[in-house]
Amino acid sequence: MKAKVHVMLKQGVLDPQGEAVKHALGSLGFEGVNGVRQGKVIELDLADGTDEATITDMCEKLLANTVIESYRVEML
Amino acid sequence: MKAAVIVFPGSNCDRDMAVALRSAGADVQMVWHKDADLPDGLDLIAVPGGFSFGDYLRCGAIAAQSPICKAVINHVERGGYALGVRNGFQVLTETGLLPGALMRNAGLKFVCKSQALTVVTSDSGFTEGYNAGAVINLPIAHHDGNYTADADTLAMLADKDRIAFTYEGNPNGSANDIAGVLSENRRVLGMMPHPERSVDIHHGGTDGQALFRAVVGQLTSA
Repeated sequence: MKAKVHVMLKQGVLDPQGEAVKHALGSLGFEGVNGVRQGKVIELDLADGTDEATITDMCEKLLANTVIESYRVEML
Repeated sequence: MKAAVIVFPGSNCDRDMAVALRSAGADVQMVWHKDADLPDGLDLIAVPGGFSFGDYLRCGAIAAQSPICKAVINHVERGGYALGVRNGFQVLTETGLLPGALMRNAGLKFVCKSQALTVVTSDSGFTEGYNAGAVINLPIAHHDGNYTADADTLAMLADKDRIAFTYEGNPNGSANDIAGVLSENRRVLGMMPHPERSVDIHHGGTDGQALFRAVVGQLTSA
């Protein structure tokens, strides 16, 4: 089984990389880009039967830093 | 007084840290990250700068899960002293021993220069050799030094006098110009600037000496 973990900076935490990407899009001539947030996607290849609580535990302990990041688990 | 410097794959300020501690009078041992135990009778653990584990996932995140970090947490929970500089500060926040997190610099660039800092508090074993309010110069060299914490944490740090150093002219976007913070018991200090790169006249400055002399002196007399 597989799962995807989406890690994003929390709302309200300034994302310097997202801001830089936004400015770069503007300088390429793309108009109307009001905001860019950059995160990461982590794909997990897991033993069958791994429950979502275990994946949540992985996120809390390592995959996300919950001081600044939020995460969302997508079971595939 | 016995000190240990933790070495991770990718640490690159470990030897400088050892030199700085030895020159202040400490008996220093280097400890590899895979060791599960620390030397007996340790007074101070230093977590040095560098790029542990290639900064994979987040700076300090993998190092914080290494076997030796469990021993570091135990040492701190028993009331032991710890100093984390640059990547070491990132490791200590990732372990939860210090509050907050260090994000990519607001300007996105690696900053490497001499930086003026204000010593905010002299009330700690690390900062008692400075006068509160004094301005000192230490080198900074980092890409992810943008200190971030929620508003309640920032207010608590100020309220409890746990901000050790602030930047004069914020180089990285850190909240409230914070360059270094203390733990609740004031025995753990994390800071982005490099005191160990400012302990010899040939470094171009010696403003870091007072920090090492203070903490080594404190733990030698204890």
